[in-house]
Amino acid sequence: MSKCRINNEIRKLRFLSNEMTQQELADRTGVTRQTIVAIENGKYSPTLELAFRIAEVFKLPLEDIFTYQTDDDGKK
Amino acid sequence: MKTTISSHEKMTYLSLTGSILIFFFYVRYVYLHSVVVNPDIVNDFSFWGRSFIVLIPVAIVVQIVLHIVFAIVNKILTNEDLPAKSDEMVRLIELKSIQLSHWVFVIGFFLAMGSIALNMKPAVMFILLIFSGFMASISSDVAKIYYYRKGL
Repeated sequence: MSKCRINNEIRKLRFLSNEMTQQELADRTGVTRQTIVAIENGKYSPTLELAFRIAEVFKLPLEDIFTYQTDDDGKK
Repeated sequence: MKTTISSHEKMTYLSLTGSILIFFFYVRYVYLHSVVVNPDIVNDFSFWGRSFIVLIPVAIVVQIVLHIVFAIVNKILTNEDLPAKSDEMVRLIELKSIQLSHWVFVIGFFLAMGSIALNMKPAVMFILLIFSGFMASISSDVAKIYYYRKGL
């Protein structure tokens, strides 16, 4: 089975949203700042529910924030 | 890149330190005040019963006191409140660390039962039980720190 990875654009989107802080995003999505930090650094893949809440904050579709990548993608 | 330690991670370090100190001082206290005074007491089941019954509430109370003191010191030094909520990542880390600690305790429990099966002294079983409980607590905290640092 290929190793998979979920990449995200949260850091960039926060910057574009009037430099929203990690704490502010955490408060608006109902998680701790630590979880936002872990997601941004690719150390934690959020649940679908949290992913949708993040998408709602940025008012963007899910696929504009999160992208799914496997090792096979890199080999192509 | 600057690495920051989250409040949850700080609390886990505190819990780990607390567990080690409690275990060390409690074992030392029991050894000096009971075993040294009367070496035959290790074959007395009521001695082990008393030791277990006292250790559990003492450990809980000391951990609570340590967390309260830490919350106060942390507030004074960093002006940050400890997180009141635990979100999905924290809960998942807790679940994984509890799972590991259960396995560690189960292994210790089997070793303890094995010691009885091999006709060893009851003291060996109790020492293995108390030590496996300690190791389960340590492994839980170490697993939490690992997951906080490395991610899930």
